[in-house]
Amino acid sequence: MKNILLEIKNLSVSFFTDYGEIKAVRNLNLTIKKGETVGIVGESGCGKTITALSILNLVPAPGKILQGEIKFENKNLLSLNNEKLREIRGKKISIIFQDPMASLNPVLKIGEQLSEVFVFHTELKKDKIKEKVLKLLKNVKIPNPEIVYNSYPHQLSGGMQQRVMIAMALALNPKILIADEPTTSLDVTIESEILKLLYSLKKKYNLSILFITHNMALLSQIADRIYVMYAGEIVEEAKKEELFKKPLHPYTKALLEAIPGYKNNYKKLNYIPGEIPNNINILPGCTFYPRCKFGKKICYEKDIEIFEKSKNHFVRCVL
Amino acid sequence: MREKILEIKNIKVYFPIKKGILLKTVGYIKAVDGVDLQIYKGESLALVGESGSGKTTLARAILRLIPIQSGSVCYNGKNIFNLSKIELQKLREKIQIVFQNPFSSLNPRKTVGSILIEPLIFHKKIKKETAIKEAVKILNLVGLKEDAFYRYPHEFSGGQQQRISIARALILKPEFIVLDEPVSSLDVSIQAQILNLLKELQKKLKLTYLFISHNLSIVRFFCNRIAVLYLGKIVEIAPTEELFKKPLHPYTKLLLNSIPTIDEKRKISFNNLKNSDYPTLFYNNSYCKFYYRCQFKMPKCRINEPNLIKFSKNHLCRCFLLDK
Amino acid sequence: MKKMNNLTHFSYSKFIWTQFKKNKLAYYSLYLIFFLIILAVLAPIISNDKPIIMKYKNKLYFPVFKEYPEFVGVNFKNFTKNNKEIWAVFPPIKYSPTEYDLASILIPPCKKHLLGTDDSGRDILARIIYGTRISLSVGFIATGISLLIGILIGALAGYYGGKIDIILSRFIEIIICFPTLILILGVLAIMKQSIFTIMIIIGIFGWTGIARLVRAEFLKLKNQEFVIAAKALGLSDIRIIFNHILPNALTPVLVSATFEVAGAILLESTLSFLGLGVPPPTPSWGSILMQAHDYVDFAWWLIIFPGLSIFLTVTAYNLVGEALRDAIDPRLRT
Repeated sequence: MKNILLEIKNLSVSFFTDYGEIKAVRNLNLTIKKGETVGIVGESGCGKTITALSILNLVPAPGKILQGEIKFENKNLLSLNNEKLREIRGKKISIIFQDPMASLNPVLKIGEQLSEVFVFHTELKKDKIKEKVLKLLKNVKIPNPEIVYNSYPHQLSGGMQQRVMIAMALALNPKILIADEPTTSLDVTIESEILKLLYSLKKKYNLSILFITHNMALLSQIADRIYVMYAGEIVEEAKKEELFKKPLHPYTKALLEAIPGYKNNYKKLNYIPGEIPNNINILPGCTFYPRCKFGKKICYEKDIEIFEKSKNHFVRCVL
Repeated sequence: MREKILEIKNIKVYFPIKKGILLKTVGYIKAVDGVDLQIYKGESLALVGESGSGKTTLARAILRLIPIQSGSVCYNGKNIFNLSKIELQKLREKIQIVFQNPFSSLNPRKTVGSILIEPLIFHKKIKKETAIKEAVKILNLVGLKEDAFYRYPHEFSGGQQQRISIARALILKPEFIVLDEPVSSLDVSIQAQILNLLKELQKKLKLTYLFISHNLSIVRFFCNRIAVLYLGKIVEIAPTEELFKKPLHPYTKLLLNSIPTIDEKRKISFNNLKNSDYPTLFYNNSYCKFYYRCQFKMPKCRINEPNLIKFSKNHLCRCFLLDK
Repeated sequence: MKKMNNLTHFSYSKFIWTQFKKNKLAYYSLYLIFFLIILAVLAPIISNDKPIIMKYKNKLYFPVFKEYPEFVGVNFKNFTKNNKEIWAVFPPIKYSPTEYDLASILIPPCKKHLLGTDDSGRDILARIIYGTRISLSVGFIATGISLLIGILIGALAGYYGGKIDIILSRFIEIIICFPTLILILGVLAIMKQSIFTIMIIIGIFGWTGIARLVRAEFLKLKNQEFVIAAKALGLSDIRIIFNHILPNALTPVLVSATFEVAGAILLESTLSFLGLGVPPPTPSWGSILMQAHDYVDFAWWLIIFPGLSIFLTVTAYNLVGEALRDAIDPRLRT
């Protein structure tokens, strides 16, 4: 398959805690093509953030990547040492997180922090760097770049901070931008602005975006292809239109039905009974079985493999 | 005429800004700047707004948990800010609150049981055994098992903790509950569970809700009337379906358009409605607060601040566009 | 529907204990402290010049626990020595801390006196064992007094804020400014010397650190939602302070308290060394050291053993306190 920029093969990540092994990610396969926006949707504990962190080998202790391969530019990112990884991080693959306030150093001015990226990765002189930084700030539609350059993070609003984060992530023209719930902590009107910004940047630079969220509706705006995750596994993969028109996996269907206003139904909310599983005691068979409306004996007899049910539409379900 | 349970008149909550060594008050953050609301028995009124709108401050003020600058909140005719200590205690049984973050709203050092029986024993002065029976009844009502009584909050998931929070709010048999973003920090599949529970409880126990949220889709499902707050003032108030079908205020239109939806007909078109990051809360009263973000601004919007203008019987809007 | 498997029951205290155990040094220090406590409690039956049980003329006597009028002033060791009519069980160390033996003064460690004797012939090992009682009781009681005063003042200052906080904080600062040791010496010079005076004095001047900690915790916790919820339920202020906030504020106080105990023990030893501690003949490690002062050139056993006792005890408490602090700190989780 041409055009594949990043390929994750058989990734498994577990956390070894006092309570047992939490299998956060189990045998995950994922691809990102050039210029494509790939969305990962799932609820807390499904493993989407850990998947993102694994790409740049940023999984925190006590997590360990047990197996798997992440192919990028003909290299396996998981086998690179720290020095070679630093060439990739920030330069070729960047990541932005949910809480911009936590990702920005509160005692450094915005200009200083953004310059750091250039100081570290390039050989440019000071004034040239300042030029580049101001240009970056303009690129992310910050209205007064000079003022923001001299401001501290706490003097900016949430939306501005997130724009600064995006600027920092795109400073060196990476090929892939990983966005881990970038708008979850923002107001809805600001969220739509940030989405607009990402959309325009994607078009301008032919950027690939890996967009992680728990909000299906967001992905319906911005994603090209969507992966649905549950309990550390991918349970469905399809192009956006296909997924929303014909969801195949019961979890996907249930998730859509639980959104108020789905198919214009504002009278009744179909909720999913039960709780989100912890990934310590994983029983054989389908992990969604206990909460599934359609569950049958065949679902818990053996582990279910993901397969291509219709063209480019993959699902992990035998129903 | 429907029965009014709560009447809020011109409530203002100002936070003083103190500067200098002597901590002189140099100005005020006007968190709530003149809000009038009538809440009718049995309804679910939504208070919608983003950060800085003052909705949380308003919720706390209604429960007399923070001091107000001026205005009144009348519960069943009596102004709660004029109540004596004993009357206030009685009031506490009638108005309750459920918070956004279930984990931080439960005392981590107390068992669920003791969280529930404490208010019973304190207010109603009943025996412990009776209180325990009552607590277990409420636990079952919110969908939790008896054995939750002896466990600690951290042993439960987010959705279950929120059920415990709801149980605590219900234990004194209140009439009016303020729900401050009760499902915002929960997963989507759990949100639906809790919303359904709240609706059922409202029918069973004949409750009145004030539902605070920034999520208009949930509000559309849950509430019958919506009030939109912007920077401490109500900018539009209308019955739910009317607000969605005929939004009048530019901010309401912006909000509605910003909601990401799967509904094909309401997709965000990426080049409509101008927007920008919002201004600060320091300003004087001489112009409309939404002026700088408004797509439809007129010269008079910069000089005067509009009042709430009646568009139809139940639909009010604070905008000069209605003057035509 | 199949039943969901839930996370195993999680207990905060058990969790802290597992984290604590990971620090081996602190874990063994805890053993040492328990050993010392047992030593202090059982001192009379570990080291005494009277037998624990004695059978004389077909009657059972317990001289350690009771004063018998028929045996007043009797030297039990001589009494039971070659008397075949008597059956007696002596404690393992057959000396009392106040037993004079002017024939055996300043003897270095030997078979008869395992840690030697002091200038009145008193057995050092016995004195050290009984000294444990003084150190531990002063440590715990003084810290207890500090905790009571500190928690009360800190809680009120933190919860109410405003003018009350300003007044109380200034009060705390004034107490901090006093040079503790000199003040204690001054008070002791006026008052009657007794173990209780020592305990109270150390307690009264040691509460400021705890007060500040508690105040900080209250300032943080009073804005937590569960406190607001308690207010919304109409609970009284006192109830909220002591029933809701305080249990959550105690964790850093616990750490501080262990350091307080160590400090109190050290302070008591210092005072005894200066001759101002518990009055003789009650044995205290510091008073043994005081004696050593006069015989420093040859009586090394008067220095090493009490010194080691103080050192090990204080270090043990400090290690436990540090390990507890690390166990509680979420950033140091492994």
